[in-house]
Amino acid sequence: MKIEVRELSKRFGSVPAVSDVSFAVREGELLGLLGPSGSGKTTVLRLIAGLETPTSGEIFIDGRRVNDLPVQQRNIGFVFQHYALFKHLTVFDNVAFGLKIQKWRRSDVEARVTELLRLMGLEGLGRRYPHQLSGGQRQRVAIARALAPRPSVLLLDEPFGAVDAKVRQELREWLIRLHDDLNVTSLFVTHDQEEAMEVSDRIIVFSKGRLEQVGSPAEVYEEPASEFVARFIGSMNILEGEVKNGQVRVGSLEFPAPGFQDGQRLLVGFRPYYVKVSEDPARFRQQARLRHVYFLGVAYRLEIETSDGLILRSRMNKEEFRQCRFEVGQPVSYAVTHFRFLPQEGKPVPTPEPPPISGPLTP
Amino acid sequence: MKQFLITTVWLYFGVLLIGPIAYLSAQSFGEGVTAFWQEITKPEAVHGFALTAEITAIVLVVNVVFGTMTALVLTRQRFLGRTLLSGVIDLPFAVSPVIAGFMLILLFGPETMLGTLLGAAGIKVLFALPAMVFATLFVTFPFVVRELTPLLQTIGAESEEAARTLGANEWQVFLRVTLPSLRWGLIYGATLTVARAIGEFGAVLVVSGNILMLTQTATLHIYQSYVDFNYVAANAVAFTLLAVSFGILTVLEIAKSRAAAAQQA
Repeated sequence: MKIEVRELSKRFGSVPAVSDVSFAVREGELLGLLGPSGSGKTTVLRLIAGLETPTSGEIFIDGRRVNDLPVQQRNIGFVFQHYALFKHLTVFDNVAFGLKIQKWRRSDVEARVTELLRLMGLEGLGRRYPHQLSGGQRQRVAIARALAPRPSVLLLDEPFGAVDAKVRQELREWLIRLHDDLNVTSLFVTHDQEEAMEVSDRIIVFSKGRLEQVGSPAEVYEEPASEFVARFIGSMNILEGEVKNGQVRVGSLEFPAPGFQDGQRLLVGFRPYYVKVSEDPARFRQQARLRHVYFLGVAYRLEIETSDGLILRSRMNKEEFRQCRFEVGQPVSYAVTHFRFLPQEGKPVPTPEPPPISGPLTP
Repeated sequence: MKQFLITTVWLYFGVLLIGPIAYLSAQSFGEGVTAFWQEITKPEAVHGFALTAEITAIVLVVNVVFGTMTALVLTRQRFLGRTLLSGVIDLPFAVSPVIAGFMLILLFGPETMLGTLLGAAGIKVLFALPAMVFATLFVTFPFVVRELTPLLQTIGAESEEAARTLGANEWQVFLRVTLPSLRWGLIYGATLTVARAIGEFGAVLVVSGNILMLTQTATLHIYQSYVDFNYVAANAVAFTLLAVSFGILTVLEIAKSRAAAAQQA
């Protein structure tokens, strides 16, 4: 394990910022810490870097306990959200800063900085000052500066938070390529679930200082471990109902729940693309009315109101949508093809006895 | 209306600044350049200038060092009483310099423990250089701190943290990151300190005793000459100090525009 944190907690005064968090980062991994603002993800990053002192818990880097090691000796590279470049130094001197501190030989400094500027696509900008660069260039200088002394891990705090949408997309792709080339173990913090999904090998989801789920983007998306994760990552329809005779009924919808006890309340979650909608009222058994159609660029999102008054979201690709000829307000039929039971906040994952807990539903 | 406002501002400046300065300048050379030169090269005048320069130099060094330290501690550390300290920084601006001098007299007077102890040790504070330096420090203390505190807040702690993650120890962080970004604010604060130290009168008058050739600074010399009806001497020394102030102001303006140019280049 490259980085490991065990039962890490941090309080600011009486306010808990991070509560009992444990996870491990593998060698060469690109890992995203995802959560809404104030969820403690940046604090976790700063604790690993040594910029904050944990209230309790342990931090290991390269198998060595670093709790008592000052930030200077942890051999980490840190990229700040607002770049934090040295404004009075040129791009070259910014990147060379860590090397000069470590007393590298002049010729080695020259070679290393030149190499990094080339790698970052910053050739010819070495003599500029930070204020003469664009946002994207500044961020790349910040990454070059952090990488220069060959840190054992790279920590990035909202690395693309301060640049506009188009540059952000470029930087994301560029970070993935850079990571593929250098293979330095990297942790980055983001509040943007799309960004986390696209960039990370694995994602750690935080909420209110607690770790909600660790997993690959697909796992976190397809098998959310909590209602919070389900709602935060992508979009999900979530309904609540009571088990009766091995089924959860919500209005006219029925979800088989074999193995659950009668009277237990369960959260049922399903992604919009598991809601099939047709303009033919006879196509599916469930009936609804089309409330809204949203154009998302790559697809359409439909909002339907069921005959029981539930609002559900459906997602449809362009081809399907064109074949349907929808009109807002018209009656439609629909079916839910997949679903899963979600744990309620603060409770363990509902585990019925025999499987399956999720599976296709026939219309 | 616009014309009226502009005229008013001109008049205001004229009465307050331009008139007095022009008249003083004219009066200084009223008896001719030779008389002017004689007055400012008299031993009493030279001694006054030298003493003022000495006090200013000491005060400048102390204020730059402790002012920077104070600003850093107040912006970067969280500790008990921080709000209190931040609150009283401006106190010297609110308190009359005469009161400041009087407080020093009370503190170091022969009736207090401190005064007795220092007296027994043969250290002369009152009516000597130490008290004059203390008094000038009291009135100039806020300048550097007030220049640097907002600057440090704007810069934030991130670039200092960045330097630490790159291996820099606290001293390297200060010398290579914090200080360079404070450069112009520090020069500005230092210049204001010098200008104020040269001009200080009230506090120094109270604690110095105004002893000719011993504790008489340039401003005290002006005062004494005026009281003695030696208007030529008063004018000449005053004009010299005024010229120095103009010089300082020019340096200040050049420094500011250079700083702005460096930012935009």
